[in-house]
Amino acid sequence: MSLAPDTFDFVATLVRQRSAIQLEKGKEYLVESRLAPLARSAGAANVDAYVRTLRANTGLHEQVVEALTTNETSWFRDITPFNMLRNTVLPDLRNRGSRRIKVWSAACSTGQEAYSIAMTVKDHHPDLDLSIVATDLSEEVLAKGRLGAYSQLEVNRGLPAPVLVKHFVRKGATFEIAPPLRQQVTFRKHNLLDQPPMGGPFDIVFLRNVLIYFDVATKRDVLARVRRSLAPGGYLFLGAAETTIGIDDTWERVHEGGSSVYRPREGK
Amino acid sequence: MKALVIDDSRVMRRIVGGILTDVGFDVVEAGDGKEALDRLEEHDDVQLCCIDWNMPVMTGFEFVVEARKRDEWRDITLMMVTTEGEQNQIVRALAAGAHEYVIKPFTPDIIIDKLQFLGLVEAKETL
Repeated sequence: MSLAPDTFDFVATLVRQRSAIQLEKGKEYLVESRLAPLARSAGAANVDAYVRTLRANTGLHEQVVEALTTNETSWFRDITPFNMLRNTVLPDLRNRGSRRIKVWSAACSTGQEAYSIAMTVKDHHPDLDLSIVATDLSEEVLAKGRLGAYSQLEVNRGLPAPVLVKHFVRKGATFEIAPPLRQQVTFRKHNLLDQPPMGGPFDIVFLRNVLIYFDVATKRDVLARVRRSLAPGGYLFLGAAETTIGIDDTWERVHEGGSSVYRPREGK
Repeated sequence: MKALVIDDSRVMRRIVGGILTDVGFDVVEAGDGKEALDRLEEHDDVQLCCIDWNMPVMTGFEFVVEARKRDEWRDITLMMVTTEGEQNQIVRALAAGAHEYVIKPFTPDIIIDKLQFLGLVEAKETL
């Protein structure tokens, strides 16, 4: 079933206004697949019919934006950034005398990235005093992150078994993050277009697989806000398909072991 | 690269074997732990075993214990692939010498993820 063009336009505009995420033409399938469950639960015949009700009922807009901006996530998503965190970034911060490390996990979804960072620090740099602020637009994913309870399928994905048995406690059908790690992460609702969240300045920001959804002007805007949220000498991790190059030249790229991390250039 | 898939279900051997073939393994199969020990004797180039827990004749756990007694097999990566998901079983399997543990049901990307962690498949950054 294909989506009516005006349905797509309406949803794309709504999502852009609320989240700055750009839904290009060709993403009709995404709108269709993400909104179909909402349409069904609202008793609408299809997504087109459901979106027609949205025009009159602005109260439903938030859940539509949530449904379209929630990203797939997994533990240690791509291994290389976590290796770089462990082998390069944390040792550098330690050498510069920081024992208290503040991290911002932006667009954190259900918390796997934030908890993966906490596990990395606990296993490899246990003397560091870590606090993580994990933010997302969606209250639904934040609630799940706070709970720190994941299904068997979720813990199978990307989580090495030795890490699983070390940092999780099985409770019935779910695996829960052990309390010491959970206490290091604070979940907060935050829009990347607003001022950075409380809890900074941050030594490390993870902003992975988020910029890909934005247009160039918004990318610049978000990167500028992130730069202001960083402590001097701080680091920014982006997704594998993302870069500051050609968008914002106030960042320098540190490339190592197949992965990159970014730092504000001196004097910029 | 060669992998040994050990499961008493032919369907499961085909599923796991198919995933491994897709990422470049030659696959041999065994229907229980005892048969798996025989396969390892025949094929001295096996690098990875995917091991079900509950099987007749010899369980996957017993296989891990036996395989770990043999010095010439110490470089073989052992990965449990089983419905047994109790935390103490995972701990037992790892303590006995298994490197990884996949709880059924799983999807192909979960197996591939684990192989990346183990360094058997090249890690790629993904979107």
